[in-house]
Amino acid sequence: MGEHIIKMPDIGEGVAEAELVEWHVEIGAEVREDDILAAVMTDKATVEIPAPRNGKVLWLGADIGESIAVGAPMLRMEVQGSGNAAAEDNVSEATSDVRRPSTAAPAPVTETQALSPTPVMSPTSNSKPLAAPSVRRRAMDAAIELSAVRGSGPAGRITHDDLDSLLNTGAPGQHAPANVRAADSSVKEIKVVGLRRKIAEQMAKSKSRIPHITYVEEIDMTALEELRARLNESRKDGQSKLTVLPFLMLAMVRAIDEQPHLNARFDDEAGIIQQHAGVHIGIAAQTETGLVVPVVRHVETLRIWDCAKEVERLAQVAKDGAASRDELSGSTITITSLGKLGGIVTTPVIKHPEVAIIGVNKLRTMPVWQDGEFVPRQMMNLSSSFDHRVIDGWDAAVFIQRIKALLESPATIFIED
Amino acid sequence: MEHLSCKFLVIGAGPGGYVAAIRAGQLGIDTIIVDAGKLGGTCLNVGCIPSKALIHAADAFEEATRFASQNALGISAQAPNIDLGATVAWKDGVVKKLTTGVRGLLKKAKVRIVQGRAHFVDGKTVRVSNENGDLAEIKAGAICIATGSEPTPLANLPFGDDVLSSTEALSLPDIPNSLAVIGAGYIGLELGMAYAKLGANVTILEMADRVLPLYDAELTKPVADRLNALGIELQLVTKATGHADGQLRAETEDGGKTEFRADKILVTVGRAPVTDGWGRENLVLGMDGPFLKIDNQCRTEMTGIYAIGDVTGEPMLAHRAMAQGEMVAEIIAGEKRSWDKRVIPAICFTDPEIVSAGLSPEAAIADGHDIISAKFPLAANGRSLSVERTDGFVRIVARKDNHLILGVQAVGKGCAELSASFGLAIEMGARLEDIAATIHAHPTQGEALQESALLALGHALHI
Repeated sequence: MGEHIIKMPDIGEGVAEAELVEWHVEIGAEVREDDILAAVMTDKATVEIPAPRNGKVLWLGADIGESIAVGAPMLRMEVQGSGNAAAEDNVSEATSDVRRPSTAAPAPVTETQALSPTPVMSPTSNSKPLAAPSVRRRAMDAAIELSAVRGSGPAGRITHDDLDSLLNTGAPGQHAPANVRAADSSVKEIKVVGLRRKIAEQMAKSKSRIPHITYVEEIDMTALEELRARLNESRKDGQSKLTVLPFLMLAMVRAIDEQPHLNARFDDEAGIIQQHAGVHIGIAAQTETGLVVPVVRHVETLRIWDCAKEVERLAQVAKDGAASRDELSGSTITITSLGKLGGIVTTPVIKHPEVAIIGVNKLRTMPVWQDGEFVPRQMMNLSSSFDHRVIDGWDAAVFIQRIKALLESPATIFIED
Repeated sequence: MEHLSCKFLVIGAGPGGYVAAIRAGQLGIDTIIVDAGKLGGTCLNVGCIPSKALIHAADAFEEATRFASQNALGISAQAPNIDLGATVAWKDGVVKKLTTGVRGLLKKAKVRIVQGRAHFVDGKTVRVSNENGDLAEIKAGAICIATGSEPTPLANLPFGDDVLSSTEALSLPDIPNSLAVIGAGYIGLELGMAYAKLGANVTILEMADRVLPLYDAELTKPVADRLNALGIELQLVTKATGHADGQLRAETEDGGKTEFRADKILVTVGRAPVTDGWGRENLVLGMDGPFLKIDNQCRTEMTGIYAIGDVTGEPMLAHRAMAQGEMVAEIIAGEKRSWDKRVIPAICFTDPEIVSAGLSPEAAIADGHDIISAKFPLAANGRSLSVERTDGFVRIVARKDNHLILGVQAVGKGCAELSASFGLAIEMGARLEDIAATIHAHPTQGEALQESALLALGHALHI
């Protein structure tokens, strides 16, 4: 038996440390080669660390949310044959916050002789609501969540009387205490780690450094919607359909042709604006764990169908949490959309160090005064923010008006000047 | 082959399975229970019940032996003899009474019993066979897996001949001259102590550095003292390496090799869940280590398939399985149930007995509680004095802020029966003041519980 130390690998791009976001194993777990041991996160990408060989986990080197330096030991495992730990025996002594198996963990069992069986001490959880078994059963039957009930008994014990008063205040014949919430003064502490912490840092940076100017304009999408419906009609099942996004993206490319300084990254420490020739559009996407921004590269080279396909593909990988680091970095301008949730106006936050972000609001049919009468038109707002240090309000307005003109006469998006 | 169908099928008729079936029957659910062995499973046939019967016989024999020599009570008697064959036959009678009782209860609940080995064909179908071939194919709406656990063998001491599991140790024809017990967990200690009382020379080997390593040292010390008094040799941090010609070879931690005389060897190094041999490969069940993975309603990862008891994890205790079985039956009947127990008391029927309910002081502190804890010695309990056994104590653990009782432990002769009040106190959410203000009958061991609460509150009366 030997010991194998797994160190934080170099995940590239000059990253010196990575944040531990998840342990997939616990101490005592048997792992096989290529089993995923942990997930660590750098700037934007999450990397999974696989087991290099079979063995048993002995030691975990960090808590979730902690940063581990590249090259630092993150996990020790017991392996058949000799490990790699012989020369580095001082590692475990040197690290003070070693996590040991808790008393609740199963006792280690070797192959030759197991420890004696003993019924384990059964913990009582203090988080369970305090109530006698008969009270709990009655609550279950009445679908009352006891954790939301305040007990009037000693030590906060929930009594039958507490249930009675709860049930009596409900609608007659109804046992649902839906709108009778007891005051709950508990505070739950949630550690901000992983993607959420990255988002928090990024947002704070954007908002503290960039003086935003937000500009909202109304777009008549009726013509574009007709064109879009026509184009989609010819698509077969399984083929990508067009949403509004590819049209907007191509319109942005056309507008950027005239105002290239909006497609830029502003290195405010060096005092340099990097104006990019390629249009790399970040598409903000909501995932289960939070906001991510996959990037469609070189939109200026894409046809509308390619653009739609790429947007669809990136949305899927982002949703699956499978987006690579490359797919999540390098945007030069960003689109944000709350999709069906819509809203009429947003104040988008620029993705530092970019200088512009275009927000798509909800498309809705509105009465519009036209030629002496109200006519139903499909209207949509664009809410966009610009870095006012380098983009003047006038330029911002010109940019959005150009996009508006393109979207309102969608054929012009596809016609070269 | 017979084709049967039912609404609820239970696989395994141990305490978890038969309770699930009885409760389902009571609720009017068409239920079938299948088991290859006898009704009652490990618990009734080769576990809890027969071991307690044997321990009782050993205690009686030890008592009689004591009266054959000088004793404080002034009783003189002839040195006793024991016919272990007769003892085992009596024990088998006790078991039979209980298993027959289970059969009657199942019948009363209109549960159909199918004797044979169950094997999953798919998630809704189970085939039952015996040595003569297939007996029945059962289609069921919901299935509960209650296959239990079995003794873990040691690679270098496989069961057979003179190497016994707890099962064989409960039915020996006569008392071995020398008995080596591998593993000082509760099973090894219970049986080792019983055989020592019956006259065997007992040696207990344990890899850890003390007996009952999963209980705290304070709680196990009176048991260790009693082992010593019974003349049981304890070899700690030692592992058995092999057995031949009535000699057991062992190795100490530092590599030292020793040999013991051992006519019989009892291997009690643990119990493993029975997760194979019943067609698990035809299902898609999630695992939790070696156990079947279940949620707080005992549901496995397959719809309509539940699992209860030892096959689902620690603590492997009959009363946990029974409570799970009852709950599953009620869920099948459409009731809203989920696992909400605060405590599963655990008992070692050693001499003296150990009871643990809820958190020990260390565990409570590790859980982040600010606690008060008090320990009332049985030496200050009148009842304990009057039955000549004053070793042991009752220990209570409560939250410092609101005195909510988090745990109660005890060690002492006969204190297993106190487990009921320990469990009740925790399950009801009692505070120290509740126990302290409850009149406990005098003279009983139970007064030690009340006194421990008073002691924690700073005003014990009898110490």
